[in-house]
Amino acid sequence: MRELFESTIERLLSDISTADYIRSAEGGMWSADLWRALEENGFQLAGAPEAIGGAEAGWEDLFVIVRAAGRYAAPVPLVEMLLGNWLLEASGIGARSGVLTIAAQGTLRWEGERLSGDLYHVPWGRHAEWVVTVVGDQVVLLDMACADGVVPGSNIAGEPRDNLLFKAAHCAASAKLPSAMPASVLQIGGAMLRSAQMAGALTALLELTSGYAAERKQFGKPIASFQAIQQQLAVLAEQTAAANVAAETAFSESGDQLASFSIAVAKISTADAASIGAGIGHSVHGAIGFTQEYSLHLLTRRLWAWRSEFGSSTFWSTQLGKYVCAAGEQAFWPMITHSKQHQLPVAEIGSV
Amino acid sequence: MSISQFKYSVIPEEAEALRADVRCFLKESLENYPAVKKAHSWMGFDAQFSRQLGQKGWLGMALPKQYGGADASPFARYVIIEELLAAGAPVSAHWIADRQSAPLILRFGTPAQKEKYLPPICRGESYFCIGMSEPNSGSDLASIKTNAQRVDAGWLLNGQKVWTTNAQHSHYMIALVRTGSQAESGRHGGMSQFIIDLTLPGITVRPIADLAGGEHFNEVFFDNVRLDADALIGEEGKGWDQVTAELAFERSGPERFLSSIALMHTALALIGPRPDALQARDIGRITARLLTLRNMSLAVTQQLVDGNNPAWAASCVKDLGNVFEQELPETLQLLLEEQAQVNGGSDHAQVLAYLTQMAPSFSLRGGTREILRGIIARGLGLR
Repeated sequence: MRELFESTIERLLSDISTADYIRSAEGGMWSADLWRALEENGFQLAGAPEAIGGAEAGWEDLFVIVRAAGRYAAPVPLVEMLLGNWLLEASGIGARSGVLTIAAQGTLRWEGERLSGDLYHVPWGRHAEWVVTVVGDQVVLLDMACADGVVPGSNIAGEPRDNLLFKAAHCAASAKLPSAMPASVLQIGGAMLRSAQMAGALTALLELTSGYAAERKQFGKPIASFQAIQQQLAVLAEQTAAANVAAETAFSESGDQLASFSIAVAKISTADAASIGAGIGHSVHGAIGFTQEYSLHLLTRRLWAWRSEFGSSTFWSTQLGKYVCAAGEQAFWPMITHSKQHQLPVAEIGSV
Repeated sequence: MSISQFKYSVIPEEAEALRADVRCFLKESLENYPAVKKAHSWMGFDAQFSRQLGQKGWLGMALPKQYGGADASPFARYVIIEELLAAGAPVSAHWIADRQSAPLILRFGTPAQKEKYLPPICRGESYFCIGMSEPNSGSDLASIKTNAQRVDAGWLLNGQKVWTTNAQHSHYMIALVRTGSQAESGRHGGMSQFIIDLTLPGITVRPIADLAGGEHFNEVFFDNVRLDADALIGEEGKGWDQVTAELAFERSGPERFLSSIALMHTALALIGPRPDALQARDIGRITARLLTLRNMSLAVTQQLVDGNNPAWAASCVKDLGNVFEQELPETLQLLLEEQAQVNGGSDHAQVLAYLTQMAPSFSLRGGTREILRGIIARGLGLR
């Protein structure tokens, strides 16, 4: 399933999600044709049950879809929908078709049967039909028709990150969080998504930058033949490799429960790789990489944005560090060798 | 090269099953072993400990049973090695013989050479050093001058090796020497490898004190040393290819990022269960980097199991690993107001003093940072 997913989505995105296409989507345009093409190939429901047209794929297989979405900077909430539908299935509400996104942060509160408050930084919120969030110990599905307002915002890469306002709204469905699932599940899952997207974007960045260095000539030869350039590209390759391994580990070790410990490791490793990698990409490209016209920034601006979404490297390092210190010196090495057996308690962002 | 060499890889159950036994053995053997000794790890020499490991069957594990090995998978070796290093066991005596010389002899040796050298390595009784660098040939290994000339039924060896770790404790050296002229055979031609018995007449070994006062480096002089015909290992003139294969083998293991791990243990003991914000952040980041490096290293091990050549991926792990183990003392000295101390002081103070001084060597041994990055760049198709 994984190979089929990967080859199909790579082909689809490389055809449609071109540099010009992404540029035109920045600023908030809805990429209806891309979304439709993804729907026709069943990607939004890849993790959902067969009965509603899904492929029942697990996180291990969904990894290649999320990584490809990052590699081609797909300007749609595909990855958010995979996570949202996974949570709807797990809680018994059931996956939805349409345009579905997630909200990991907000002030939404129950007022009897109704919900009031704001949801923050909702990816593609203005275009969504459905929003999945967690309120207290309840998974909640909201119909965007019930929203009382949308305050548009964008991340560094011009991807919509909107605040949504609700006043005494009826939810479309709600159900108790599955047992042992933390209230921060969307925060944890979102960090996992962004880690794989960054691994994909870094892979594209490495290809673009080494390709450019091999072509661009100065002093009569390609700049790739200069040791100073080679050494920088070697570091970019190392960081890209680290990001790919870290993100894949987080997905492979997640199942009914998200592997929060490995996800923390992945978000830290990919966010740090994103910072180093984006710097090298620009350094090697010189002035051309700083232009709108050249496509480098389509990757680097996303890396800069994604590294801090669903918790920065500092947020996740702090969560992990507290856990490691509390476990103590004797537990450290056994924890490293059996990391997948650990669940990391994750605080809400802002309460670090 | 391809980033796709780095796949999520898991240690198989049968290899994982060894871990509890090794941990138990190490807990007993190292019970009263001082923290600063643990920091020496792969510089710690203890022949008795190496023989004990041999008796347990934990040396030469990947070698065939007929030579005293266990026919075990690279993952089984991985588990043993990472447990030894994480516990700070003194592995230096058998270290090079086990991880580098034995695989080389198995791959390129004659049946008689395998019969002679491999069983005592597996028993932890026979120690090797590696003669590669020379006074003007370090990273530029192709410029070596030590030479062996054919005489009668053997060879006459002359020249000098330097930075030879453990030569003063070793029984044998596997050396790369010139057997043909560079002018005739090309830059990487005319070189061969020899197994040199270090008790032969004409050999002088002189330790070089390092900046922390330790002696693990040596100068080794060869003055008209007579070698038998069977001292040659592998093919005459193919020494460069053999050495390249050997180096690739030693670049991806846990020893490439665990050199400073003793300091993490003493730091955690001092910080205690309630770190301040800065300590929590840095301890978390170190943990994440360590886990990601380990997962990269496991991916390279999987490549070995699959019979692929992971030379490029191994270089990535070594370079990133060296950066990590060199930064660890730097980061941790900023986290605690605990001054590094050579004599007296807490465990942490002593370990910090030792590792701060040793850290520069981590990116020198087994190929410098610049050389590794050159190899990675070549894999990217840039040169």
